[in-house]
Amino acid sequence: MGRNPVTWLGSPTFPNAARDALADTQLRGNLAHATGTIRTKRAAAVAELPDWQRLRHAGEAIKDDILSNLDVYLEQLEASVTARGGVVHWARDAAEANEIVLGLVRDAGADEVVKVKSMATAEIGLNEALEAGGVSAIETDLAELIVQLGDDRPSHILVPAIHRNRSEIRDIFRRAMPGAPADLSDRPRELAEAARKHLRRKFLSAKVAISGANFAVADTGSVVVVESEGNGRMCLTLPETLITVMGIEKLVPTWSDLEVFLQLLPRSSTAERMNPYTSVWTGVTPGDGPKAFHLVLLDNGRTKTLADKVGRQALRCIRCSACLNVCPVYERTGGQAYGSVYPGPIGAILTPQLGAGTDDPETAALLKSLPFASSLCGACYEVCPVRIDIPSVLVHLRGKANENAHTPEAVAMAAASWVMESPTRFHLAQKAATVLRLIARRGRVKRLPWPGSKWTDSRDLPAPPKESFAAWWRRTRG
Amino acid sequence: MGTRVALFATCLTDTFFPDTARAVVRLLERLGCEVDFPAAQTCCGQMHFNTGYRAHATKLAKRHAKAFDGYDSVVAPSGSCAGMVREVYPGLHRSAVSVAGRTYELSEFLVDVLGVTDVGAYFPHRVTYHPTCHSLRMLGVGDKPLQLLRAVRGLDLVELPAADSCCGFGGTFALKNAETSTAMLADKMSNVLDTRAQVVTAGDNSCLMHIGGGLSRLKTGVRSLHLAEILASTEEEPWAATP
Repeated sequence: MGRNPVTWLGSPTFPNAARDALADTQLRGNLAHATGTIRTKRAAAVAELPDWQRLRHAGEAIKDDILSNLDVYLEQLEASVTARGGVVHWARDAAEANEIVLGLVRDAGADEVVKVKSMATAEIGLNEALEAGGVSAIETDLAELIVQLGDDRPSHILVPAIHRNRSEIRDIFRRAMPGAPADLSDRPRELAEAARKHLRRKFLSAKVAISGANFAVADTGSVVVVESEGNGRMCLTLPETLITVMGIEKLVPTWSDLEVFLQLLPRSSTAERMNPYTSVWTGVTPGDGPKAFHLVLLDNGRTKTLADKVGRQALRCIRCSACLNVCPVYERTGGQAYGSVYPGPIGAILTPQLGAGTDDPETAALLKSLPFASSLCGACYEVCPVRIDIPSVLVHLRGKANENAHTPEAVAMAAASWVMESPTRFHLAQKAATVLRLIARRGRVKRLPWPGSKWTDSRDLPAPPKESFAAWWRRTRG
Repeated sequence: MGTRVALFATCLTDTFFPDTARAVVRLLERLGCEVDFPAAQTCCGQMHFNTGYRAHATKLAKRHAKAFDGYDSVVAPSGSCAGMVREVYPGLHRSAVSVAGRTYELSEFLVDVLGVTDVGAYFPHRVTYHPTCHSLRMLGVGDKPLQLLRAVRGLDLVELPAADSCCGFGGTFALKNAETSTAMLADKMSNVLDTRAQVVTAGDNSCLMHIGGGLSRLKTGVRSLHLAEILASTEEEPWAATP
């Protein structure tokens, strides 16, 4: 599965991808059930905290401080990680990051690595790059494993296999998991047990582990991974070499700042007061855990994003996926329609920014379509734990997508604007609109030519009454 | 002399739903307001802004601000148009800051400014209420429309399941992502039908045009009606659509 940085190569534009997803009965059912459940739970988990809104403001402020002083904090992090025996690497883009990681794996003499679920490594297509270099990467998060074994794409940040049901998972395991029992049933307990046995062998034999990072503390050099299954703890402690790939925006200034985020993240993502496993490590500790620790700091479009005053707030994201779970568009289309590892509202603002400047026309078309994949209902902004004003960024990116666009839409918008700049022209246009009455039946227009058909394919349009309100006012009150 | 109010009808309501604007006039006058309709008004520019045509929106914002200059209160029967003026205008142009502070969505104006929840309305029908996204999340009108509806005599108010889910309109979203918009509409209609209401109401004719357009296409018999038209209706003068 080839992958351009950030997006999946060959992905159609959002409306085209959505069309297929909307017709997928299984997907629609799974998504409605899963997002509905997590929405209710999140609301309850958040309601327990009287200072939730203040926590959100604190999360926003800390991340904004990081983003405004990123150069300083990154160098501070490099110094503190190095002082504690870690090695820091800098990667400008996906290719550089993949090359660094492959080199480190080869240096460790490994041809197999275990992985903790990580958005950054998914973003750069690390697994495919390792594969091409003769290294197999084993995903150890259950859902990520399902996606990997099924040669599939993730559809959710936190629950990547949200689109699969248990009989599909059984079939994937039977087909692709080495050592899976031939009589494996679709009972969740049996499926989990099969995965556990498979993974246990890998944990015990792997020399190298690769992780992402939820947070890195600039002043101590500590790195934090938050997870639910314990697979992360295995990866982070058992192998001899640990390689962490982390976006440069994942910093917090000090240890005590974690207090804010370790409250915001679990409640927003899994609706838990505290996640089951929070692993923190600082460099290397002789006799305990990995002997070598490498931290790869990944840019891949982030500094470019940082240069945009409105768009940069997307870099506050802590990948909780609360915005996906409340999004009415995501709930219907699922994540794969967004053509990237970052789906949903956050994907619609992050992917176009990280991927900006692509020279592939198909990718460019996808990136331009993403900011329009929203009804601007605002549910995402309401739940975002770091107060990313996603609707405003969407509108901003729509403007960028329209720049220098000589489309029929741009012409129509200019014409509409010209009409609306004069009451006389507006009132003439109102009069002209009554022509719709000629094709209406019982006051309803049933069918319009393109692009009006995009409305009338599924809804009637009321025909305008003979007299507009403005005309009525002039006649009776003017 | 009563409160002087400028009616900001919105271009959609002015053109497609003049009954709603007439209902606002009737309602506000019944409550003792002196209503004016500034003739220079056209469109607030929301469609341009939300579709990513900021320069056009800014021009329209400047002229909208001028059209409503000098009025203490500007009232719109639309959460999204009032939201555009109040929340977006200040960031578009200096000259559009003042009007932002004087603009109200209808239910806010009734409850917060006039201080009434019982507007003396009579509407003997089974009704469900859809809180539109911009009135709910941009303006934060909360349950003000419901307070008003609960005080309407004869009205049987039924709660809409998953009420705060977007109906899928979203302005040009309904055209640019028509299929997804329709999928959202299907769920909204299904929830409306579950209530067995005769009328679905809301504070925005745009969303109602979408929900009502779907309900009409499927011959459900459920009609969409703006909140203002329910509130304007009385026993002596029941609501009736202009033919």
